[in-house]
Amino acid sequence: MSAALKVVRAGLFDTVQDLGRIGFMALGMPTAGAMDRIALSLANALCGNAVGMAGLEIGVMGPDLLVEADSLRIALVGPLSPGLIDGPDAPAKPIESDRTHLLKRGQILRMGMVEGSSTAYLAVAGGFALPPFMGSLSTYARAGIGGFQGRKLAAGDSLPLAGDQAPSGDEKKLGHAFDYGSGPIRIVWGPQDDYFSEAGRNTFVTSEYRVSKEADRMGIRFEGPTIEHAKGADIISDGIGPGAIQVPGAGLPIVLLADRQTVGGYSKIATVASADLPRLGGLLPGQTVRFTPVSVEQAEALRRDQEARLQRAIADFKVARPPGGIDLARLYEENLIDGVVY
Amino acid sequence: MLTNPALVAAMAHSFAIPSFRAILADVSVRYLSCGDTAFTIEFGNEISPEINGRVMALHAAIGRAKQAGALGGVVETVPTMRSLMVSYDPLTTSRASLEPEIEGLIARGLPTDMAGRQVAIPCCYDDPEFAPDLEEVAERTGKTAEQVIAAHLASPFKVYMLGFMPGLPYSAGLDPSLVLPRRSQPRVRVPRSSVGIAMNMTTIYPFESPGGWHLIGRTPLWMFDPRREQPDFLAPGDRLFFQRIDRKTFDRIAREVEAGTLDWSTLVRET
Repeated sequence: MSAALKVVRAGLFDTVQDLGRIGFMALGMPTAGAMDRIALSLANALCGNAVGMAGLEIGVMGPDLLVEADSLRIALVGPLSPGLIDGPDAPAKPIESDRTHLLKRGQILRMGMVEGSSTAYLAVAGGFALPPFMGSLSTYARAGIGGFQGRKLAAGDSLPLAGDQAPSGDEKKLGHAFDYGSGPIRIVWGPQDDYFSEAGRNTFVTSEYRVSKEADRMGIRFEGPTIEHAKGADIISDGIGPGAIQVPGAGLPIVLLADRQTVGGYSKIATVASADLPRLGGLLPGQTVRFTPVSVEQAEALRRDQEARLQRAIADFKVARPPGGIDLARLYEENLIDGVVY
Repeated sequence: MLTNPALVAAMAHSFAIPSFRAILADVSVRYLSCGDTAFTIEFGNEISPEINGRVMALHAAIGRAKQAGALGGVVETVPTMRSLMVSYDPLTTSRASLEPEIEGLIARGLPTDMAGRQVAIPCCYDDPEFAPDLEEVAERTGKTAEQVIAAHLASPFKVYMLGFMPGLPYSAGLDPSLVLPRRSQPRVRVPRSSVGIAMNMTTIYPFESPGGWHLIGRTPLWMFDPRREQPDFLAPGDRLFFQRIDRKTFDRIAREVEAGTLDWSTLVRET
């Protein structure tokens, strides 16, 4: 039998995602892709994959996955409280997130809830053995394409793995938590900020907005003070970039994310700086945010800085000591410092 | 100013097209910010063949420049009715370096009578199941159902953009006598491959979906078929020619589409 991760219990909205289906927007194809590209990149890098490989995006609550491979290295990134179950009726032993784990056949990985965020990621060393669609493994569930059969995972699914044996090597963990930032969400005015009154633009950048229950991979509808239009809410449809903030006639902003349509007919007051999209990708209903304007040049600089910090975080990975095991590297290191050999 | 040699080469190639007709530098455009990964070049604020022609010309010119190795960091361009969104990677380029290059492309003039595709769309107007709004459209436009069909068949449609869902064409050129606003009550369920009209456009639904256009026929073709290597059938700039078929012909072509045996190339002519 070929190697697989079998879904023994489904989570809430778990989909296979890479960094998006790029290059087909002109044909009306949404890009989809990971809501938090930083976390997916870290998960891939931890288990030795290229950062853009497809992983499993965990939406709010993750699945229970049975290992059907001789050995499998996984990496978990995000605020999870996962557990490992050694066999039928065995209790779940808690394991850490933000690191890799070596699993063996018959073990069940219980992903559990994502705490205080909506998304977390699972990467597997070597990746999934799934066919790309239009150059990508990202799931776009609205059209039923990509990923695993174009949909979220369900109980009984078998996610095929590229390998039956984990590559040799140490387990690794993050050396430091990645800093996503905590201030207001940075936005760039436009493309249609001139469709709003000055009072409307002021309202938008001086008010607190709350994530409504209508929040998913397509976008987040916010609740808060209404934003006044000057030239109306409707435009002749134009292209929608990632993080575009459209304001329909009711005056409440909608931030458009990974599964957004390619074109739309509502005026867009501003666009979220790409460096802050991963933060939006993790927001939960009820959480609040503020928005603050930056220039295009500042937003580009924020993104370049974030990429440099991602590279530093990857360079700073540490060897993770197995539970109860001996950290040989650390032992040798301390011996050298002490100059004492036992 | 054009300074990039590869870009100059791409433009020189386009000047060599004998039927070249330029839009000259008096075209005024607006650059609209879409964050730090895209910007939109707006050619106007109306739906017209002239404006969409300019959009498509720049879309094609940027594509050629990229193929020639210029405009590094441009990820893709998204043509819409009256503007072009340029998506870029801020890790390898910047708005400040791309905007002058694109200004240069526009200033040098864009060839507008580009090679394009003519696409035949077989359409069955006769079955009331396929054309639930035909009688109402006839009533509201003061025509008979046959006159509505004739006007749709005679309309010179051009795909201005795809969107709303993968593969859905917004095709302008509908006979002015058929122009109506969208239905006041959108349908919750429009069957796949329904042919609808609204405003000065026609469309074809790639999937079963909600929809507010007036349904006057159905094609046996699928606008989006994930089994094909190129799943989308239509592209921006395609000229569409509807061809009337009866229910029997519809059923025969529909079986071939379903089985994946239809020779789609017979429907397309490159010009």
